Amino acid sequence: MSDLDAFRQETREWLEANCPPEMREAVRDEEDIYWGGRNASFKNDAQKAWFEACVAKGYTVPAWPKEYGGAGLTPPEAKVLREEMSRINARPPLSSFGIWMLGPALLHFGTEGQKQRFLNEIARGEIRWCQGYSEPGSGSDLVSLQTFGEDKGDHWVVNGQKIWTSYADHADWIFCLVRTDKENKYQGITFMLYDMANEGVTTKPILLISGNSPFCETFFDDVKVPKSYGDDCPAYVGQVNRGWDVAKYLLGHEREMISGAGGGDRTAAIGAAMLRQAAKDGGSLDPMLRAELAMFDVDALAYTAMGEKFLDEIKVGKAHPAQPNMMKYAGTELNKRRHELMMSAGGSRALEWESEETGGGKPSRNWLRTKANSIEGGTSEVMLNVISKRILDLPGA
Amino acid sequence: MPLYHDDDQAMLADTASQFMAEEGSIQKQLRHWRDRDCKDGFGHGLWEQMAELGFTGILLDEADGGLGMGHVEAGIVLEEIGRNLTPSPFLTTSVLAATALKHGSDDLRQRYLPGVVSGKAVYAVAVDEGAKHKPGRIKTRAEKSGNGFKLSGQKDFVIHGSSADMLVVAARTSGGDDDADGITLFAVPKDAAGMSHDAVRLVDSSMATHTKFDGVELDGDAVIGEVDGGREILNRVLNAGRIGAAAEGVGVARGAMDMTIDYLKQRKQFGTLIGEFQALQHRAAHLYSEVEIARAVVIKAQQLLDADSEKAELMVSVAKAKVGKTAGLAVREGVQMHGGIGMTDEYDIGLYMKRDRALQEFLGDAYYHANRVAELSGY
Repeated sequence: MSDLDAFRQETREWLEANCPPEMREAVRDEEDIYWGGRNASFKNDAQKAWFEACVAKGYTVPAWPKEYGGAGLTPPEAKVLREEMSRINARPPLSSFGIWMLGPALLHFGTEGQKQRFLNEIARGEIRWCQGYSEPGSGSDLVSLQTFGEDKGDHWVVNGQKIWTSYADHADWIFCLVRTDKENKYQGITFMLYDMANEGVTTKPILLISGNSPFCETFFDDVKVPKSYGDDCPAYVGQVNRGWDVAKYLLGHEREMISGAGGGDRTAAIGAAMLRQAAKDGGSLDPMLRAELAMFDVDALAYTAMGEKFLDEIKVGKAHPAQPNMMKYAGTELNKRRHELMMSAGGSRALEWESEETGGGKPSRNWLRTKANSIEGGTSEVMLNVISKRILDLPGA
Repeated sequence: MPLYHDDDQAMLADTASQFMAEEGSIQKQLRHWRDRDCKDGFGHGLWEQMAELGFTGILLDEADGGLGMGHVEAGIVLEEIGRNLTPSPFLTTSVLAATALKHGSDDLRQRYLPGVVSGKAVYAVAVDEGAKHKPGRIKTRAEKSGNGFKLSGQKDFVIHGSSADMLVVAARTSGGDDDADGITLFAVPKDAAGMSHDAVRLVDSSMATHTKFDGVELDGDAVIGEVDGGREILNRVLNAGRIGAAAEGVGVARGAMDMTIDYLKQRKQFGTLIGEFQALQHRAAHLYSEVEIARAVVIKAQQLLDADSEKAELMVSVAKAKVGKTAGLAVREGVQMHGGIGMTDEYDIGLYMKRDRALQEFLGDAYYHANRVAELSGY
């Protein structure tokens, strides 16, 4: 037996022993996802037990080094763990922007002191982070951002407004792009880390067309941000005024994450599920709808193969550095199409906004939610610009 | 297995790419033979050169003189064939017929496989009856007659039918027209009495036949595999051919896309390179995404087929459908973005459009395979 086979066996046994049956059911609503943080509470004992077992094993962030709260798994081992979790349909024990976004930035740009403190906090689900990027006047043209941190020696005083801050109203800390030099567009932004409990920080949830409020407006009114949190632990990632480098690095991660959300073997093809659902509500698939579902399934299964290829190529450095933009573009457009078709297949049932049968209007709310997929994290149009310029090398793009 | 080429496969790709660009180019092959109204539609010299490189026997076992490689490797050669629009019997002979013959008796293999390996022989596969691919319905019949069979019926869209030294023919030996069982594959030599070809040139300058079998008498040893047990072999032959056609289609798509993007970087209008226009950039970038995805699913299907996975059948159809849509997009965008010169015979982009159309139809178009994806998925 190879080492990897042994690891698979061991992982399978560990999951069997530690992942409660309730944590192997599909995520039904927001409460089924554990986000961690100072104010977090568990929905039930199973969620708590699963989370705690994973923290102890380093499996909330399996590929991070052990000294930062991870399990130090090699990429092939991490893949085995993903496969084994997916095999039993195990839920992620912890979801957070700390894991997906700040963590990778700190692993790449952070000081040892920052890694020791922040990565461990993230891994143990102690601090829930949010991301302060977009502003009302800076969407696709993010680098034009205006939120300003005035240098006061040992601290900054931050004033401005962020928008589309995911779950800012539940977050403990924010990683935030703040202008610290008004003369330098690209080299005048600092990637700051600070506590949302600071005086002068307020959040206001934004009601979306889906009826949900996953995003906030976040206001900074004379917020005092110290430049350091102690020995070797500055309050900014990378260097002062060089936060754009960190932001660009992270946007790559975000695009991968969003593109990944569109794929996934489990949900790639939908035709068969749509037929079952239609039959349940006493209907059948119209031949034209069936045809569109079949065309969709072709695209979705092909995209799943692309996702697999992309990950394989990333591991050995064969992927084009701008390829995540392509994945994000194709994956989000596909996901929007998926939900359009699910609405059509669902018929009038899918229109129900609050009924118990639809889990409180899930089909229609999810459908509306997907419209943001090709806007957030860089619009499809921006993705196509990047592909034109960086991959196809088209002139003046 | 990772979804990219390993070192050996990358080396093969280099060899194939260089060879096809030099020897298999549009100028040297497709236009050359087309402009001479060649009855075969391809050059035998190139076919023998491909044999010298080992390409022709790529799927055959080493014991049969082949390279013992799989669909990933055959696909590498086919992608380069697609990029250069190289006319050759590779897909019909080295992929389709070779896959059928692998299931043949020692006698059949010894009779027919050396010709594949040496590039001296050309074989065709006759499946379709009618203008659309519908292998579930086979009306061509082979009746028992003495120690052998008597073959009657008509096959259509037989690529290289009149150039072939032997045709692999799928015929019904029992049951009704639409039965899955009761199919037998026969190796029919070119001089068989009662077989006649109506040769037609297709839009892409390739040659196909409507082939009639009028009581063609065949020995029992012309049977490939078992009598009445040909459906499974036929499915293997079709899937090998479909993924091969998909790989070639990816090559066609890439060739058309590369040519078009080069053109966007050269052509000036309104005092600027047209590649600076966002309206064209976004379409080019969208096309790039689709071609990348099509390539990925082709490799996935090739690997599954090589591993004899039960998921291969579904993924082959996904791949053929995806490539059909994508290559179609590539050639349409190619002609449109080239503007007026894209409509001229002198410029190559139109040749890509023609080849794509023929490849799409071969062994099932995107509609056929999307429908098959639905059926295999249970709806």
